[in-house]
Amino acid sequence: MARKRVISATINGKQEEFLCEPRQTLLEVLRDTLQLTGTKEGCSNGNCGACTVLMNGRPVVSCLVFAVEAEGAALETVEGVAPNDGLHAIQKAFLENAALQCGICTPGFIMSTKALLAENPNPSEEEIRFFLAGNLCRCTGYDKIVRAVQDAAACCSGKTCATK
Amino acid sequence: MSTAEKPKYKVIGTRPIRHDGTDKVTGRAKYGGDVQQTGLLAGVILRSPHAHAKILSIDTTKAMKVPGVRAIATGADLPKAPNEIEELGEGAVNLAHLSRNVLAKEKVLYKGHAVAGVAADTVHAAEEAARLIEVKYEVLPCVLTAPEAMKPGAPILLDDLKTESVAGQTSTGPTNVAKHFHFEKGDVAKGFAEAKVVVEREFHTATVHQGYIEPHNATAFWSADGQITVWMSTQGTFSARHQTALLLDVPVSKVKVVPMEIGGGFGGKISVYLPPVAAILSKKTGRPVKILMDRAACFEATGPTPGCYMKVKIGADAQGKITAAEAYIAFEAGGFPGSPVAAGSMCVFACYDVPNGKVDGYDVVVNKPRTNAYRAPGSTNVAFATETVLDEIAAQLKIDPLEIRIRNTAKEGTRRVDGPVYSRIGMLETVQAIKASEHWRSPLTVGSSSGLNGRGTTRGGSDAKRVKRGRGVASGFWFNAGLKSAVSATLNQDGTVGLLEGSTDIGGSRTGIAMQFAETLGITAEEVVPQVVDTDSIGYTDVTGGSRVTYATGWAAYNAALDIRKQLVERAALLWECPVEKVEFLTDLGNGKGGVKGPDGKSLTVRELAEKVQKHGEPIIGRGVSDKNEPGGAFATTCIDVEVDEDTGKVEVTRVTIAQDAGTAIHPSYVEGQMQGGTVQGIGWGLNEEYFYDKTGVMKNASYLDYRIPTCYDLPMIETIIVEVPNPGHPYGVRGTGEVPIVPPPAALANAIHQAVGVRMTELPMSPPKVLKAILSK
Repeated sequence: MARKRVISATINGKQEEFLCEPRQTLLEVLRDTLQLTGTKEGCSNGNCGACTVLMNGRPVVSCLVFAVEAEGAALETVEGVAPNDGLHAIQKAFLENAALQCGICTPGFIMSTKALLAENPNPSEEEIRFFLAGNLCRCTGYDKIVRAVQDAAACCSGKTCATK
Repeated sequence: MSTAEKPKYKVIGTRPIRHDGTDKVTGRAKYGGDVQQTGLLAGVILRSPHAHAKILSIDTTKAMKVPGVRAIATGADLPKAPNEIEELGEGAVNLAHLSRNVLAKEKVLYKGHAVAGVAADTVHAAEEAARLIEVKYEVLPCVLTAPEAMKPGAPILLDDLKTESVAGQTSTGPTNVAKHFHFEKGDVAKGFAEAKVVVEREFHTATVHQGYIEPHNATAFWSADGQITVWMSTQGTFSARHQTALLLDVPVSKVKVVPMEIGGGFGGKISVYLPPVAAILSKKTGRPVKILMDRAACFEATGPTPGCYMKVKIGADAQGKITAAEAYIAFEAGGFPGSPVAAGSMCVFACYDVPNGKVDGYDVVVNKPRTNAYRAPGSTNVAFATETVLDEIAAQLKIDPLEIRIRNTAKEGTRRVDGPVYSRIGMLETVQAIKASEHWRSPLTVGSSSGLNGRGTTRGGSDAKRVKRGRGVASGFWFNAGLKSAVSATLNQDGTVGLLEGSTDIGGSRTGIAMQFAETLGITAEEVVPQVVDTDSIGYTDVTGGSRVTYATGWAAYNAALDIRKQLVERAALLWECPVEKVEFLTDLGNGKGGVKGPDGKSLTVRELAEKVQKHGEPIIGRGVSDKNEPGGAFATTCIDVEVDEDTGKVEVTRVTIAQDAGTAIHPSYVEGQMQGGTVQGIGWGLNEEYFYDKTGVMKNASYLDYRIPTCYDLPMIETIIVEVPNPGHPYGVRGTGEVPIVPPPAALANAIHQAVGVRMTELPMSPPKVLKAILSK
């Protein structure tokens, strides 16, 4: 077993230092070391998107990132999405559109949606479906998820949204 | 769409935000994998690399030397399980088989079969140790399909297996056929003689997986005082408790199962895999042990639902009226008996009034993972056969495919081939709803090309002509279940209610149950705080399965609300010093609020009374149970448009509409969600999903990359028509909605493909190579 390394990263806006083995994935460290269990494990080989987090603003599947690669990075997980006094527009849109059933894929979808809307505030249905194709959901058939993203986009790009 | 005079409800039929929603969009909800415990060890399962082999020896010496390893468990650590059938609420299981499935004893019966469990300080140490366990196998020939396993001379999986037939006869001699079901009605030979058209086709469907995104998990702690606690995601805490206790040979009261949030199940999270192993490892170490399956293990060792071979023959007269129908159905049970072939045999002609019918169903063991329920288990397989044969009959007789269904539809009073007579059902209404839908009435030039591919982008030039369009319909049936449920309700001093229930919530059922409670007590959905609690904290509740929760646990909640109403009336009578008969409970006092009304125009809302009750007298707790079994059959009819690329065989789904009888839609958004999700699983089953095996029985695609479930990019929006034919067997008319939507899509797709390119598909999945092969051999 290789020696543990100290890694410094910004996680949800807070500077953190943590210890990890070189073989540990970012997903494992987020969940088991940092107790950020909102990021979910669905497949551990990058196929399902449940463990999506934002790394320097880009969506990554944290099961395919080594924790040591996070050195100096700004990470955002589902725990960092909501403002202190409520929910983010994307989270509200998922609730209002009944866009979750079991909810295990939801954190990953919310993170991917956040990345999508940062890049493209007014996506078409086609663009939403293309961007989110790496996130698997087995419960909803995606219909209500796509509608939630459309609603969140309308909210975030308009004046109605308090939590951009 | 309402198909009956509908009572006015205040809460039922509205769309409140689900109670567990905020936790689930913020990452706070705790699922099975999120369990943390002091001193927690990580467990790993060693699995068989062979599909069929004798275990000669297991040597753990090297493995135990890995730093951090604490304990290893093998089949020898499990108590000897009796060769007995145990009823588990939904489905029965042979304990000896269940025990051997959890940890193999003398033989492994499929690739991925659990052989040993390791507990260590870290998952990495446990994995390393598992690799160092030396298992000597004698590899045996394997058999992978039902027809092969039924042949004389086929490799035998279980030496003691005998064929049980419905008549109670048992075969002598070794066999792979565990059961033979037989149903008959009328005179089949006479029926076929009266037919103008008879169509008989053979079908094959592939093994498919439930595909829940959260892998199986369990954390167990076997305390020194003998109490075992299991934290896990499961469709049924009481069933998991029962199975765990039986396999560990301890009384059920020694096991407490704590339900964590569950990340999908679809029937695949009823059987236990990990809890007994985690418990044994905990007993050996005195520490809690958490085992998480990886995705490959989920595919190779849990779930799947059977692949099958079927032969279906239907005869109809010149008007398209079915005169006779016959089916032969052989399901692959996997390594141990127990496929849903009985259900399949009952569902095969269940949508129609079949005057003369005969069905034979066979449960056949093969060297694949032991199969489990998957959403309307068995019904999707058989609907693929029946619904495509009926389509072919309609085409031959030049009758519209919806019209032939209308002429044959099962109705109130129709006797199924397997015996039961229907009460009021909504099969006809779902067909009529599709017939009236904008989708069905919109033009589609059959066989023509839009010049676009399925995604609406131009294919261009002469290529575009090679993409052909078609539209198909199909119907489906599922029984739904009732079974036992319990809830308890505590009235708070502010008039809200804490509602405890035993039904684990996979898709928003907490809210559907709370809404029925709220409706009955005249409060709002938000004034009910529902919680799913552990097996020590609530009465016995059967599994979340059989589309039963909104029906049965909803009924228990209704009863609990009635219990509270009764107590409120009594307390008001005391307060007003009047006889109880002078007080009545109204769900609306005229101000939109529920409460009690007494003499001289006196009234108190639930909230006002709750405040008074808090100050004087005993607390108010409501109790509600149910064990009703009139869940009303569920029916759905689905219409799908496709574009088939004649050069590649790829099928794009361009439009989908499902009409389903929900009885009463308690929370329409979550009813739609079930319809949409089930439809999409049916589309995946129809077009892409299958287990690929090599000749040695090794699954070659045990990952989400290669076992391809639909992504959002593969699909259009899923249009839904909720038909409401209230179930006379429920206070609010509820029928279950969870399962039936998966049933029609594979057949609807096959019928659409036929309309587009003129080929009849008889194998699932209808993946590009298979469709292309069919097109090329036209």
